[in-house]
Amino acid sequence: MTIDHKTHTRLDRRTVVAGLSASMLLPRHARAASVTDGAGRTVAVPARVERVFPAGPPAAIMLYTVAPDLLLGWPRANRPDEREFLLPDVGGRPEVGRITGRGNTANLEVVLALKPDLILDIGSVNATYVSLADRVTEQTKIPYALLDGRFDGIAASYRTIGTLVGRPEPAEALARYTEETIKTITGRIAAIPRERRPRVYYARGPRGLETGLGGSINVETIELLANNVAGGTSGGLSNVSIEQVLLWNPDVIITIDLAFAANVYNDAAWAPVAAVRARRVHLSPKLPFGWVDFPPSVNRLIGLWWLAKILYPELFPEDLRTLTRDFYRQFYHVTLADAQIDRVLAGRD
Amino acid sequence: MRRSALPGFTIALIVLVAGLVVAFTIGRYPVSLAELLDVLWSRALGRAPSAPAAVENVVLLVRGPRVMAALLVGSALAVAGTAFQGLFRNPLVSPDILGASSGAALGAVIGIFFSLGVFGIELLAFAGGLAAVAAVYVIGSMLRSRDPILVLVLAGVVIGALLGAGVGLVKYLADPYNQLPAMTFWLLGSLAATSVSDLLPLLGPVAIGTVVLVALRWRMNVMSLPDEEARALGVSTGPLRIAIVAAATLVTSASVATSGIIGWIGLVVPHLARALVGPDFPKLLPASALLGGGFLLFIDTLARTAAPVEIPLGILTAVIGTPFFIWLLADMQRSWS
Repeated sequence: MTIDHKTHTRLDRRTVVAGLSASMLLPRHARAASVTDGAGRTVAVPARVERVFPAGPPAAIMLYTVAPDLLLGWPRANRPDEREFLLPDVGGRPEVGRITGRGNTANLEVVLALKPDLILDIGSVNATYVSLADRVTEQTKIPYALLDGRFDGIAASYRTIGTLVGRPEPAEALARYTEETIKTITGRIAAIPRERRPRVYYARGPRGLETGLGGSINVETIELLANNVAGGTSGGLSNVSIEQVLLWNPDVIITIDLAFAANVYNDAAWAPVAAVRARRVHLSPKLPFGWVDFPPSVNRLIGLWWLAKILYPELFPEDLRTLTRDFYRQFYHVTLADAQIDRVLAGRD
Repeated sequence: MRRSALPGFTIALIVLVAGLVVAFTIGRYPVSLAELLDVLWSRALGRAPSAPAAVENVVLLVRGPRVMAALLVGSALAVAGTAFQGLFRNPLVSPDILGASSGAALGAVIGIFFSLGVFGIELLAFAGGLAAVAAVYVIGSMLRSRDPILVLVLAGVVIGALLGAGVGLVKYLADPYNQLPAMTFWLLGSLAATSVSDLLPLLGPVAIGTVVLVALRWRMNVMSLPDEEARALGVSTGPLRIAIVAAATLVTSASVATSGIIGWIGLVVPHLARALVGPDFPKLLPASALLGGGFLLFIDTLARTAAPVEIPLGILTAVIGTPFFIWLLADMQRSWS
């Protein structure tokens, strides 16, 4: 009986608070009948948003940071080791597939059956995705917002999400964090001319020979802070030869591949590379989401700090553990124990 | 029809040697001819080279293994193509006709899907190739028909399509940010990641398969006759067919496991070799091996030097192979009509 009673009071209080804030916010909403999304499309603001369908992983993560309770499910179910760093009831929500230009795994009828009030898509805003978004809206009559996931678009995207889902305060706080992080980090290195910044090679794949070319979203984190050795050619992901890496002779190697990071110091072919000789091959943390690359969403913001500290240790004296704890609390809504921070920073699965 | 094969062999050998020289001397990392010879010569004599360590490293650990792999894969695919074209009495056959490439592709994408290491991926690809051809062969021999060869080819086409669907399914389920690009790269074929440790698993099966095919070279001539005539000449076609298919599959699967899917070589090179030395297998097999190795050496050199980024081998072989094949067809028709 006592337990029942307690639960009731807590629920009541929460409902009251929610109701209060909703009534305070309502007038502001009522005016914003529509917003302009990242692609310049006009999206009607739904009267009430309780269920949001994420079109892909970046959207799921970004919505989770603002309003985890609204997330219908994940494009791909989270693994247990990933769930550990997310809210227990939200991290374990079901797999709902994705609707992106790269092939749908979600059936539109399934999407409709889930009765979302809004479909959120974050990533590229090119013509392919615009036409896809328009078509989905036409077929389902569900508002579909397409937002920019690149670093300079994240803050604006947060504010748009805040308006769309009726949670402007948390969205504004995260938008500010984003702006401040990017401003602080780029501001501190602004005095270093481009050509004096470290030359970084981004290694993917078990052999470390997949890399992101100039302008690719995969290397956005790296290119914001340093010189991407493969940046001379623009494009997406590509294969390169070891000879080419030897020729580039990068100062630092950033990798997301555990097997490559484990073997590179013992591989004679890589031995002459400056980064390997200086033992500057760094494995990016990836729990619950990657820190430097994929999915290309707000999970990369903490990766900016991580990379900045690796590349310019004297300019960034902040304690990475504190930064990590803050970020995980603000964005993922979890409080990390020391052992968990160790596990995240080790970069292992 | 009888003519000396000597000029043809000379040309094939020149192509191979030229390919080796070009492949060894050209690369993204600048290595002069003097440095190259210094490194190779010092190694042969067992003393320390005077070239910088980085250059020695490039020659021995980076470019060397890759050149050797290109040579082996090119020869292997050409030899397998020659064997299959003879066995099926059809000039449009390539080494993947019985599903070896599709099986290897499925094995590799599954390996990538489960985030295995390089060796695991290669092993799965190799096993996939062998398993696919074994399945095709079993199905082909279970279906009794007056034309066992035709049934075998049809079974290969059907199983190949099924495996292709399997590849599509795995790609569809794969993580689009990490695994899908890796799968796409693998399916386009590349020798970019070749290291010394890849050479032995490649050399073993290729050597065994090639030795078997060379040992069977005289009987393979008989295989190009209809079954009844072959039997009349005292050659039992059944076991021989199994031996040829097994040897050619071993060679193809090992190559594909190392390099990913590289089309065209197994189709085009045997025709070239036939144009040079004639259709007699004892001559055709070695000529195909020489030409295939030389051809892939040239193509791989282009793949790794034309741009800072690797150009997939599958794309280059198709771009170069298609006009070449059309020219070859036109030329053959002229000489046959």
